[in-house]
Amino acid sequence: MSEIILEAKAINKSFHDPVTIPILKDITFSVNKGEFVSVIGKSGCGKSTLLYILSTMDTDYEGELYIDRQLMNHLKEGELARIRNEKIGFVFQFHYLLNEFNVLRNVMLPGIKLGKYAAKEVEHRAMEKLKILGIDDQALKLPNQLSGGQKQRVAIARALINDPHIIMGDEPTGNLDKKNSETVFDIFQQLTKEFNQTLLIVTHDNEFASRTQRIIEMQDGRILKQ
Amino acid sequence: MNSKLIFEIAKSLLLARWKQSMVAAVGVTFSIAMFITLLGFMTGLNDMLDGLILNRTPHVRLFNEVKPNPEQPTALVKGLGYVFIQSIKPTGNGQNVDNVSAILQALRKDNRVLGVSPKVTAQVFYNVGNIDITGVINGVDVEAEQKLFHFSDYVTKGNPTDLKNVPNSIILGKAAAEKMMASIGDVIQVTTSRGDRQPLKVVGLFQSGLQDLDKVQSFASLATTQKLLGKPASYITDINIKSVDILSAPAMANEYRKLFATDAEDIQTANSQFETGSSVRSVISYAVGITLLIVAGFGIYNILNMMIYEKMDSIAILKATGFSGSDVKNIFITIALTIGFFGGLFGLIFGLLLSNIVDNIPFNTAGLPTIKTFPVNYSLKFYVIGMVFSLITTYLAGMFPARKASKIDPVIIIRGK
Repeated sequence: MSEIILEAKAINKSFHDPVTIPILKDITFSVNKGEFVSVIGKSGCGKSTLLYILSTMDTDYEGELYIDRQLMNHLKEGELARIRNEKIGFVFQFHYLLNEFNVLRNVMLPGIKLGKYAAKEVEHRAMEKLKILGIDDQALKLPNQLSGGQKQRVAIARALINDPHIIMGDEPTGNLDKKNSETVFDIFQQLTKEFNQTLLIVTHDNEFASRTQRIIEMQDGRILKQ
Repeated sequence: MNSKLIFEIAKSLLLARWKQSMVAAVGVTFSIAMFITLLGFMTGLNDMLDGLILNRTPHVRLFNEVKPNPEQPTALVKGLGYVFIQSIKPTGNGQNVDNVSAILQALRKDNRVLGVSPKVTAQVFYNVGNIDITGVINGVDVEAEQKLFHFSDYVTKGNPTDLKNVPNSIILGKAAAEKMMASIGDVIQVTTSRGDRQPLKVVGLFQSGLQDLDKVQSFASLATTQKLLGKPASYITDINIKSVDILSAPAMANEYRKLFATDAEDIQTANSQFETGSSVRSVISYAVGITLLIVAGFGIYNILNMMIYEKMDSIAILKATGFSGSDVKNIFITIALTIGFFGGLFGLIFGLLLSNIVDNIPFNTAGLPTIKTFPVNYSLKFYVIGMVFSLITTYLAGMFPARKASKIDPVIIIRGK
């Protein structure tokens, strides 16, 4: 059996306002290294909520979460930030690039934050990532000079900069047209195949999901099948 | 590495809203400039007013008060039964300080003493036709007075050194001279308390800034005054001492009182009201300056709050990609401090310029002969305080928005899209 990157054990979450409504019920699953997993389900089934718990940004839940075999519960805010920085890459529906910085700098930011490599080295690595995604020629442009598809690719490059254990995506193709969605999917495919990158993508695009290695289907806060 | 990154992000956020940042910085600049100018001007004024009295006042004054002998004859013969005392009258040399040359010698050796100026005071009448005007002639050592008590600053006409060079000369108080219609070169008549008449040549006019003083006081050389009084050269009524450290004056006065067996008075006891006035004026200046800074602080608070609402997305993504709450807080505090630093720096420069302008505004009053423009103090202290204040206020103004930014939950922002 290959290495487990992400493991969720009996995760429960409820919203308490105004009345207690359970959102996630007894979620247990794990993701192995190099897997390309998609989470699908109807709107409101809790898949995004689950993703934010798995990404350590939401800490208000019951159950246990292991990332890279390390228990996430009870870690301090600063320690969780460090783990997000080092071990998780994010791609959201919206690109969330900083308009004040050029593309290269946007990609470099989490790398500089990590401080593992010198700025020069981070820049070199950022260029490599941009090259993989085929947008290295746009490196010195500002984000608002790029098209939607290009921006999303920059966001993926940013997610990759620290060689994370896992990339999490929240509807990464939700805002893109058919052609650009295709490109993004191909990139994800390439990342798993060529770089053995682990991916966990939440989507409601069944066609997108059907082409991934493994589908986790959710309904009403439970995992229907995986 | 981290701090460099935080600085870089802060800089880009600051430049992204550079107009607002500028307005905030201008607020700080304005308040610091006003703070510097106000304090400089107020302190200049304080120094001038204090100088009016304190510069000319000896730090310690040795003199002999005319007072009854504490050891009365009856006390000396206590226990001898009945004592008959007849016809006792005060004798002795009155106000003369005994043993002057020895005291002067001892004082000149004391390294706490900056300088000594002996003085003879003579009560006289200025004769104006049939009318006698009371007056006081201060016999002074002109050189010592010049050096220690800025004597020449107050001699508005004539040359103070003439007092020494011209025999039987006098520098009249300006108001007294006006009464006598005397000007330089005239000879006036004075009558001493013993009834002798003496002609004195006017070589200068003296203006202290205190009208009442100028009506009465005049200056002559030590020798002239001693001659007026018919006393020998050892006759000295006051020894004025300027100490190196004005704060040590009370202790020195105490010591000399015992050592030389004279009366001794220190400046703090003699002029305590001046310090009170100065400190009240300083407190007012500080209060106004700090009020201005607080107003500027609110400006910074507003602008940072706006910036945080606008940059909510950026903050969220920074947190999602591994920036901790404290990193975000540091970014916004850096922004605030940068505004404070540059605003404060320009404030210091403008404050200096403004002080300079005030310093050049003509200010002529009859009472203050040496002052031609508004007095301004350029003490480095105000500039340091101004800079520190601007940093502290902007830090406090930035802290609350920064804390708010650090608590932004990235999940809410990212899901909200």
